[in-house]
Amino acid sequence: MSFIENLPFLSVVLFLFAAVVCSVLKPKAARIFTTAVEAVVIAFSVATLLYTRGTGTFFRYNMGHFDAPWSNQLRAGVLDALAAFTFSSVLLLSHIGGIRYAKIDIEPKKQNSYCTLLNLIGAALMALSYTNDLFTGYVFLEILTLSSCGILVIRRQGRTTLSAARYMVINLLGSGLFLLGVSLFYGTTGHLLMEYIKTGVETLDATGEYQIPLTVTIGLVSSGLAIKAGLFPFHTWMPDTYGTATPTSSAVLSGIVSKGYIFLLIKIMYRVAGTGTVAMTAARHILYVFGMAGIIMGSFWAIKSKYLNRMIAYSSAAQIGYIFVGIGLGGEAGFRAAMFQLIAHAFTKPLLFLAGARLSESSGDSLLFSDLQGAAHRNRAAGAAFAVGAFSMVGIPTLAGFSTKLYFAVAAIEHGTLVDFATLGVLAVSTLLNALYFMRTVIRIYTPSPAPTPLPTFEPSPDKSDPGLVCAVGFAAGILFLGLFPGTVSSLIISGLSMFG
Amino acid sequence: MKLKDDFKKWLSYDLDLDEEPTMPEPIEFDDEAPEITIWHRLRQQGAHRKLYYVVAVICSAVLAFTLILTVSGMPRYGEDAEFMDTVTYEYLAHGMEYTGAVNIVSGIILEYRAFDTLGESFVLFCAVTCVLVLLRLDDEADSSAPSYHDLTHDIVLRRTARAIIPLIFVFGIYVLLNGHLSPGGGFSGGAVLGAGIILLSSAYGEEASGKFVTERTFRIVTTSALLFYCVGKSYTFYTGANGIETFIGNGRPGDILSAGLILPLNVAVGLVVACTMYGIYRMFKERRF
Repeated sequence: MSFIENLPFLSVVLFLFAAVVCSVLKPKAARIFTTAVEAVVIAFSVATLLYTRGTGTFFRYNMGHFDAPWSNQLRAGVLDALAAFTFSSVLLLSHIGGIRYAKIDIEPKKQNSYCTLLNLIGAALMALSYTNDLFTGYVFLEILTLSSCGILVIRRQGRTTLSAARYMVINLLGSGLFLLGVSLFYGTTGHLLMEYIKTGVETLDATGEYQIPLTVTIGLVSSGLAIKAGLFPFHTWMPDTYGTATPTSSAVLSGIVSKGYIFLLIKIMYRVAGTGTVAMTAARHILYVFGMAGIIMGSFWAIKSKYLNRMIAYSSAAQIGYIFVGIGLGGEAGFRAAMFQLIAHAFTKPLLFLAGARLSESSGDSLLFSDLQGAAHRNRAAGAAFAVGAFSMVGIPTLAGFSTKLYFAVAAIEHGTLVDFATLGVLAVSTLLNALYFMRTVIRIYTPSPAPTPLPTFEPSPDKSDPGLVCAVGFAAGILFLGLFPGTVSSLIISGLSMFG
Repeated sequence: MKLKDDFKKWLSYDLDLDEEPTMPEPIEFDDEAPEITIWHRLRQQGAHRKLYYVVAVICSAVLAFTLILTVSGMPRYGEDAEFMDTVTYEYLAHGMEYTGAVNIVSGIILEYRAFDTLGESFVLFCAVTCVLVLLRLDDEADSSAPSYHDLTHDIVLRRTARAIIPLIFVFGIYVLLNGHLSPGGGFSGGAVLGAGIILLSSAYGEEASGKFVTERTFRIVTTSALLFYCVGKSYTFYTGANGIETFIGNGRPGDILSAGLILPLNVAVGLVVACTMYGIYRMFKERRF
């Protein structure tokens, strides 16, 4: 067995280890240690990705001295490694991009706790990427939920506690439904390892036994994860949480935490319930309808927003809708579009939040659009970064959003029924709406503010160590790569999906 | 024409479409007046609020009905054994032999499914970190604020606590150390110990409980227990997956020193649980250690 097959397991354990160590370190040491661990895990993910791509197959990793199905197991293929790479690199970039604000927003004695929580989020996301066991999925889902509440409430300002409570209630509803689903899966099939459940589900689906429990189980699992991911109409926590948290938290939550739930859902569709079983097909169609509604309603609310952060947050609701539309369309093309959107959005949204925070800082800490006029001239780098993210959201060619929309169109046309017209129509309307509110914002921040400005002009931070530019360049490189070489990522996703089930 | 003007205004941010989210008016509850029932309160509220209640009740009823229907359609207990219960039978048949634990449940959670249990310990760790983040007051806060429920002058509590706290501790330690032999283990033993420390703290104040747990010991114990768990289990996972023999033997099932890593892991989990319970209690009571 190659040593590389240990890397998925080491990614999880390294994050857990770092979480414990950070709880007793001094803030600065904790920050450096966390950054180092995140970088190491990125390297691990890349190695796993290249290894599985090279061998052309997945590998299993038993957690202990017992074979399947007796013990927990990890399983890594191209898609799992790709997800792990996306999650770890976005985590690192969001972390270093928001350090500047974390230092201000968080009380000094809690700085190391923040690093602990970020490490726990990393561990949970790695575990969700690689796990082959449904209950392990639930355990780390809980860690993800709790630690994301932690990174929300750590900033004591305004409505953070209220919004975190709201976030928690909706998330726990999702967790509860998911846990019910997992236990019903165990009750009907007697297994917790994904492939073994699938064998049971397929047997039951063929014989028609236990049809009601099976349908309800699949419904519970899908709706639980969709609620946690923030699918319309369960997106109502987004504007408050993303709007009030410290920028790193907003970036991490919108960029990767909700994606972790969706990735687990896709994994369950392929590896547990089977995409083609009757109940799963029905569940996917329901998700599709809500996804479509989410795309339109999210954009609608984004247009109405008066604050920059709330607008970006509502746009998240729309973008999550896209992923579920891809899942609903189904087939290789549909899931490819969903995965591509998952990765593209993970790189784009954090960039918007972090650049938005800097634009707001240069405008007297105001998030009101009316105060943001000319912000891009006060902080040129942030303005450019925001423009890149916004253009990608709109779908300008050479950027990630364009490739996403292209793959969605392909998936819709391949479907070949009335559905494709509906999807294409929603796609077109949504692109128009995206263009409306994002271009309006870009124009706004590039319009020089009428002199003499009452707002303080941007002064370079006295703290020279702000690595915001590194982070912006990293995100922009990701967006450009996805836009210029969509074929590379797409072929990875396709080969990953083929070894996913 | 109006629409065009509005659009221009919207483009230049002169038109305000966004409604600030408003909190619903807090309902004045008058606890003095006993004749006001829940129906009276409902009647005072707005129409959408009433609709909300109706929809909530309908949703819950539908969900409850579906779940009851589901459970009634589930395989009956003990039936379909050969299809469903492969894993259960394997655990029961070979669990003791392979893990060395007489208590099969301990064997399952700390050997077969140890990765899940590692995750569970980190759920606790995560919870206590969140509580610290949420409730902890830093030094500048007023430290002389009276605590709400000072029970240290309650003679009944003090006398009872004096009698039963030693028993609680002994029982907790017993449950902890015998987790691989009899029902119990880290989570239950730790919960008993934690409850004992909380009782001690509420009856005799923090000077007494401080002899067991201060913030320093809390940090040291939690950190070292979790690190031990992490490292110890990683060793098992690593050797197991790579097919390397471990030097950790199972011993003779039934001995106190048997079942490989289960005993030390139970102790580690128990310490984490006890400290977490006490830590959360202190945070909610005084917001500091």
